Amino acid sequence: MMNILNDIYSVFWVDLHILRRHWKSTIATSLVLPLLYLIAFGYGLGRGLDVDGFSYLSFVVPGIVALTAFSTSFNGAASKLQVDRLYYKNFDELLMSPVSLYSIVIGKSLIGVIRGLISAIAIYAVGLVLAPTILVRPVFFLILLLACFVYALFGMLVALVINSHHGMSNFSTLVILPMTFLCGTFFSLNQLPVIAKAALFFLPLTHSTELLRSTVLGLSFPWLSFASLIAFGAAFFIGCVMVLKKLSI
Amino acid sequence: MDAIYTENLCKNYGSVKAVNNLNLQVREGEIFGFLGPNGAGKTTTIRVLTTLTHPTLGSVFVGGYDVRDKPDKVRKVMGVVQQHISLDRDLTVRENMEFHARIQRLSSSERKQRVTELLEYVELTEYADQMVDALSGGMKKKAAIVCSLIHKPKVLFLDEPTVGLDAQARRRLWDLMRRLNKDGTTIFLTTHYIEEAEVLCNRVGIMHHGQLIAVDEPANLRKKVGSIVVEILEDGKETRYQFFVDRDAAANYVKNLPSEAKTVIIRESNLEDVFIEQTGEKVGDQ
Repeated sequence: MMNILNDIYSVFWVDLHILRRHWKSTIATSLVLPLLYLIAFGYGLGRGLDVDGFSYLSFVVPGIVALTAFSTSFNGAASKLQVDRLYYKNFDELLMSPVSLYSIVIGKSLIGVIRGLISAIAIYAVGLVLAPTILVRPVFFLILLLACFVYALFGMLVALVINSHHGMSNFSTLVILPMTFLCGTFFSLNQLPVIAKAALFFLPLTHSTELLRSTVLGLSFPWLSFASLIAFGAAFFIGCVMVLKKLSI
Repeated sequence: MDAIYTENLCKNYGSVKAVNNLNLQVREGEIFGFLGPNGAGKTTTIRVLTTLTHPTLGSVFVGGYDVRDKPDKVRKVMGVVQQHISLDRDLTVRENMEFHARIQRLSSSERKQRVTELLEYVELTEYADQMVDALSGGMKKKAAIVCSLIHKPKVLFLDEPTVGLDAQARRRLWDLMRRLNKDGTTIFLTTHYIEEAEVLCNRVGIMHHGQLIAVDEPANLRKKVGSIVVEILEDGKETRYQFFVDRDAAANYVKNLPSEAKTVIIRESNLEDVFIEQTGEKVGDQ
């Protein structure tokens, strides 16, 4: 067990080391877009609106926190991995080491988790100032941790499967961008037709948004979304291990 | 025990036989050169030997361990220097070494000791805390080599180690490889440079279309095709090569050449000649 934990930390060590070196710029850049969303949608456009019985600002803050966790964790895990694998070709160094594939998957995803947590918590803190009605509950942080882990694994899987920068950019436009606007961040899924709502349940961001929002607004816990998020995480983890098994013996 | 042993190794990609029935034995303590044109199967063989690709058929042992059953054991006894500089550009030389030491599960004290020791061994101590991109090509290669040596591997794989380096840096790396070999490391290297194979390797294997078509000491391979070669250059035609056991036989042949042979060169044969004679192609063709 100690060996596994050591291996995971060894894989994570490089990414953590680099984050420590560039932490200010890394965190600052990851906060720009969510802050703009918060100002434009929450403070600007949505002022005076009510959604599902809550002020729009209270409604949108947890959505933007979920979105930040998603994009920062995804990119945090995916971008360096893709560069290392395709351009510098140093990902093979890990595959040729005694570290197990499971430890590689967890170790490489941790940088996404850490970056996602930092950015999402920072946005949450700003949200608490802007919308004091939202709650602070420990379970929120546990859900956030789970969501960041799921999205880091998602980013890792995509970076392992897609073999070009062009492909990654297409994926961002065709999958990530629609998820940003459709998964309930900015509007309630209750406003959509049942079929559209059902289709959006096949996207993981819908579930973390639902979970985080219900937690900070004091709504009943959406167990189906919780189970779905775990199922997505398990699928991404297995996907990563399977791809790595193809890439090495 | 052989440092590397393969028996009927085959690797297919769909219907393409990248490696076809490869029987290879690299002895402990030797420097073995693997020659062949692009697409001959050299890189695929290295990928199988270094646990990055599943063999389709056959047995493969590195350091006495089966790569399929005991890949972890193989990874403990091998070091790999890839053709590309596979260092992390966001780290210094020392940090890259530290990372390799960590994933090879060295303890904290072992890590410190090995990093210091190896930096001195390759005379990189004063560059240890520089970012990788600040180093010259030769120094980057040295840094990649020390990373691969951090866990004292028995077998070191080097894929085209001196490609893109200037003559001076190349010769320094040759010295380093000889020193490593003298200190007990078996070296398996692929190269396009015939001179490199001639001056460094105890034995050489030549790959062509996925098959090993010759294996021996460089001198023996040259002897087999003929120690002396005559190059005949004619206007508008491809250069012809004729091989002879000695200079007398070659001179005799030249005397009787028809007059349209504009230029004739008589010289000692080299591995490139062996390669052309065996395959009909030059190294680097295709």
